[in-house]
Amino acid sequence: MSSPLAAPLTWRVARLVERRDETPTAQTLVLDVPGWPGHLPGQHVDVRLTAPDGYQAARSYSLAGPAEGERVALTVQRVPDGEVSPYLTDVWATGDPVEVRGPVGGWFVWRPAELAPVLLVAGGSGVVPLMAMVRARRAAGSRVPFRLIYSARTPADVIYADELRRRARDDHGLDVAYVYTRTAPKGWRGEPHRIGLADVNTHGWPAELEPLCYVCGPTGFVETVADLLVGLGHQPRRVRTERFGPTG
Amino acid sequence: MTEMSYLDGNMLDGPLREVFAVDLSGATGRCASCGTTGPMAGLRVYTHAPGLVARCPSCAEVMLRLVRGPDRTWLDLRGTTYLQVPTPPG
Repeated sequence: MSSPLAAPLTWRVARLVERRDETPTAQTLVLDVPGWPGHLPGQHVDVRLTAPDGYQAARSYSLAGPAEGERVALTVQRVPDGEVSPYLTDVWATGDPVEVRGPVGGWFVWRPAELAPVLLVAGGSGVVPLMAMVRARRAAGSRVPFRLIYSARTPADVIYADELRRRARDDHGLDVAYVYTRTAPKGWRGEPHRIGLADVNTHGWPAELEPLCYVCGPTGFVETVADLLVGLGHQPRRVRTERFGPTG
Repeated sequence: MTEMSYLDGNMLDGPLREVFAVDLSGATGRCASCGTTGPMAGLRVYTHAPGLVARCPSCAEVMLRLVRGPDRTWLDLRGTTYLQVPTPPG
């Protein structure tokens, strides 16, 4: 793989190969991208649609896992009234083209050569780039300890639920904890709540271990968690954040 | 979400890579207004404008504007004192 960060960045025509439902509102889309140069976990792609009248709309989507040759996977949360995501999840058919540009992003990435413990904190579909890191960790045979705290509205909104259950059992050194904001599963200890200090403190790493922290989710979620981590003594530069906005 | 919602500097990478040969989200920028130094990925990016407006997370002053026309791109960096770009040896 050539360096993904040095590759020239051009729009490429990608075609849909496969789609999988992850939750009622999220789908994983597998794209065939001729000439794909490879990417790092945490990087994203820009997807551009062009209407018959020439109007264009572009959005960024996180890559969900390591590339398999020229095939890459995105997980897209359908945003009602969005300009791009409803097309990708409801209209886009196998074999249809869209334009993609990437990989992009050199900050919110995890490199398997890193040896520091890792804390991943996901809000909703913010789990996608973090799942790419979890998958890349296993693929690289890394023994770096990972902890994932995943906040979802209800158990039905948990993306990759089966795979996370399996990996929490099989991927040594990976711990997964959940926070539910609206409805918790039966037998869950505690009430549904928004993520707070106790969650981050209990399921994260002590600041003294100098972990790398990756936080991805809606803006308010990311602000809250980043502030909690810095308040717990984590160096701001070791808290990497990625927010996503209300458009889709 | 209110109209003041924003994204972060990670999303600048694609648009800026139309202008620059390197990825700038891992670059360090210094705010010309308050002097805060940090990753460009940490800027707050407002997209509901005729272009992209990136503000300092500390003082909220504009550090970068990027406007794309049909055949040219304008980049206004007057709010940024410097950009420090990692250039690994070799």
